[in-house]
Amino acid sequence: MAELTRDDVAHLARLARLDVGSDELERYREQLGDILRAVARVSEVAAKQVPPMSHPEPLVNVWRADEVRPGVDRDEVLAAAPAAEGGRFRVPRILDED
Amino acid sequence: MTKTSTPDLGGSAEGHLTRLSAADLGAAISAGEITSEEITAACLDRIAATDDRVHAFLHVASEAALKRARAIDQSLAEGRSFGPLAGIPVALKDVFAQRGVPTTCGSRILADWRPPYDATVVRRLEDAGCVILGKTNLDEFAMGSSTEHSAFGPTRNPWDLTRVPGGSGGGSAAAVAAFQAPLAVGTDTGGSIRQPAAVTGTVGVKPTYGGVSRFGLVALASSLDQAGPCARTVLDAAMLHAALGGHDPLDSTSLPEPVPPVVEAARRADVRGMRIGLVRELQGDGYQPGVLRRFEEAVAVLTDLGARVTEVSCPHFEYALAAYYLILPSECSSNLARFDGMRFGLRVGDDGEATAERVMALTRAAGFGAEAKRRIMLGTYALSSGYYDQYYGQAQRVRTLIAQDFADAFEQVDVLVSPTTPTTAFELGEKVDDPVAMYLNDVATIPVNLAGNCAMSLPIGLADEDGLPVGFQIMAPAQADDRLYRVGGALEAALVDRWGHHLIEEAPQP
Repeated sequence: MAELTRDDVAHLARLARLDVGSDELERYREQLGDILRAVARVSEVAAKQVPPMSHPEPLVNVWRADEVRPGVDRDEVLAAAPAAEGGRFRVPRILDED
Repeated sequence: MTKTSTPDLGGSAEGHLTRLSAADLGAAISAGEITSEEITAACLDRIAATDDRVHAFLHVASEAALKRARAIDQSLAEGRSFGPLAGIPVALKDVFAQRGVPTTCGSRILADWRPPYDATVVRRLEDAGCVILGKTNLDEFAMGSSTEHSAFGPTRNPWDLTRVPGGSGGGSAAAVAAFQAPLAVGTDTGGSIRQPAAVTGTVGVKPTYGGVSRFGLVALASSLDQAGPCARTVLDAAMLHAALGGHDPLDSTSLPEPVPPVVEAARRADVRGMRIGLVRELQGDGYQPGVLRRFEEAVAVLTDLGARVTEVSCPHFEYALAAYYLILPSECSSNLARFDGMRFGLRVGDDGEATAERVMALTRAAGFGAEAKRRIMLGTYALSSGYYDQYYGQAQRVRTLIAQDFADAFEQVDVLVSPTTPTTAFELGEKVDDPVAMYLNDVATIPVNLAGNCAMSLPIGLADEDGLPVGFQIMAPAQADDRLYRVGGALEAALVDRWGHHLIEEAPQP
């Protein structure tokens, strides 16, 4: 396994939407590197022919009757939101332009 | 903090009530000897008198609990029947949504969140007539083995306030161990019920995956998470397990079958003729000598009780920790993506100029602690193009082999046993900045989660080196949860017979 670089960590942080400061990059690089070295042990197991297991149960779609039922209360949901306006969530601007 | 009573546990009625088991309290309520209000008030007094040192609770719902207790007393007086836990106070790990009640998951990102709905576990507690005392502390989003990764400060181990109570459910285990509550609900993704139970001298059970609904449980790793009981006795754990479990149409992974007969098994407590397998890979190197000594003695007790004990090999268990710490971060990085500062919880940097993407990054940086960030980035890495097959894919194949090891072992034996943890409780601060050392605490508990089986930890004595509790783990196949209680009940009864009391009675008063 290749060593993680500070640029790798910065890239991961960007993908994960985490604003990681340049002063923190080195600490995360070391810690993530330690963890990756420890978990790389999985590659010691010869398992090429083994089917992967994503879940303990055989997952199947579960259907319910298509009946109208009360959902959670809109006002209660919006009361727990960081910002609401006109019965909707208010969010920061999506587009990166003036 | 205002104290309305002193923690005089020898004589006062409050002190006496807090030390009774849930089973005994339930019987006393049914017999009309005590009221739920008296018990609830005693627990609240005990919390007020001790929690400045233990810090098991993030939120104590004093008024709501007393009001609820009075309502239960009234309903019982009117002849309504709830079941054996009617009127019993329960502490709830702060990872379950409870309508209108602060639900933080130990994270700043949810510090002020009040859910608009109840988790199924909350509904089941209400149906059982239980009284919810409040929300207990945990490692942020249940990620950790010491409760030190809570954004609101660590919980301390009632046996020694300089030691951790385990994690992630250290708050629930400590609340039960400190006699603040007879019962608590926890969640176990890689050992978060069993490891805290082991290091606090209490009983904790991870039910079969799908045995207890995950609806309203804030997800860490959806294929591993499972809610379950924390208690001071095996019978109490069984009673709570029975109340929480059973099919829930709101959780598509909820098992359709009813809860196995766990209460009957705890009462039967008979291991004669049962085949018990010692897992060769979960002992020896890395295990504290005092832990192994108590474990060997407990195995000898089971042999004396008529169990047939053999050694069993599960060769892939030594790779379980590595597989888990790829699978868990992968699932967690996906689940925690929902905390984006848009619809609920914290929002940082929304100055009218910053874009939504920028606000998300600032919010998540301010809202998540270091361990959450490490696991999110690790999961992002393990799932990324070019590394997926090498990490996540390979971990999933190892997961298959671990499940196969269990299946092979359960062809030979009815249950498997091991020490729950390699060591007793460690000191606060000892491992908090060393993630790999912290992860090693879960080496014996993780295989069960990967396979979706069930397991229990119960106390079997104190280690000679440090006088701290040692946990004994029993593992059974999926949907054979009753076997845990048969073995655990028998072992507990024999040890209580030998000691003259439950181990938790020896805990110093915090």
